[in-house]
Amino acid sequence: MSRRPYNRPMSTTTWYMRNSRYKVYVLRELTSFLVAFYTFLTIFALGALATSPERWNDFLASQQSTAMIVFHGLALLYFLFYQTFPWFKLAPKAMPIHLGEKKLPDSFIIVGHYVAWIVISAFIFWLAGVI
Amino acid sequence: MAIAKKAIVWGLFAAGGTLTAFVFPALIALFLVIATGNVPESLQFEQIHAFASSWLGKACLFVVLFLSVWHAAHRLRVVAHDFGIRKDALVANAVYTVAFIGTVLAAFYLLKIS
Repeated sequence: MSRRPYNRPMSTTTWYMRNSRYKVYVLRELTSFLVAFYTFLTIFALGALATSPERWNDFLASQQSTAMIVFHGLALLYFLFYQTFPWFKLAPKAMPIHLGEKKLPDSFIIVGHYVAWIVISAFIFWLAGVI
Repeated sequence: MAIAKKAIVWGLFAAGGTLTAFVFPALIALFLVIATGNVPESLQFEQIHAFASSWLGKACLFVVLFLSVWHAAHRLRVVAHDFGIRKDALVANAVYTVAFIGTVLAAFYLLKIS
């Protein structure tokens, strides 16, 4: 081992700006803030629901604004393109399905995920009374 | 011990990732619908309260919130490292403590709804 190994100069805070693949990786990882935000927003909503009808209605009213419409709209698009769709894309790599000697084609697994996603989303919307 | 703990955290991360990928677009869309002021009938107090009172409703809500909060915690720990924060033990303690608090709050509120 060399006594003075060469350390390639690399920023620990902006390293991902060097390469578009790294940028996509960081953009994808940032969706974890959205997961945290919406989880705690839902927990907060549960707190209002557990307290009284008035608190629940106050919560609903507090969420109604143009700013929140814009925020949720952007968050939804961001989440779809940087969490949901990439997760489905990597599914065949994470859990390949073997049928004896053969492997189920990747496209089957990916399409299966999209179909399941549409069914689950439709079920949630039905449950919530949106459709 | 370290390996056993890692397997649990990784398992929660993977399950949470799949679950959030499937469920969160609909959840965000529901908040979007609420934000527009057109609150659907099923999200009015009586109905959503009845849903959260049932054991099936409680179980669904708890599983979603539990897996999501631990998934987010695990990924935020890695994000902190990616942005140059090199105090992993401190970050891990912070994010997992918040995830634990979220889990306890979710359980507490769900048990309170009856």
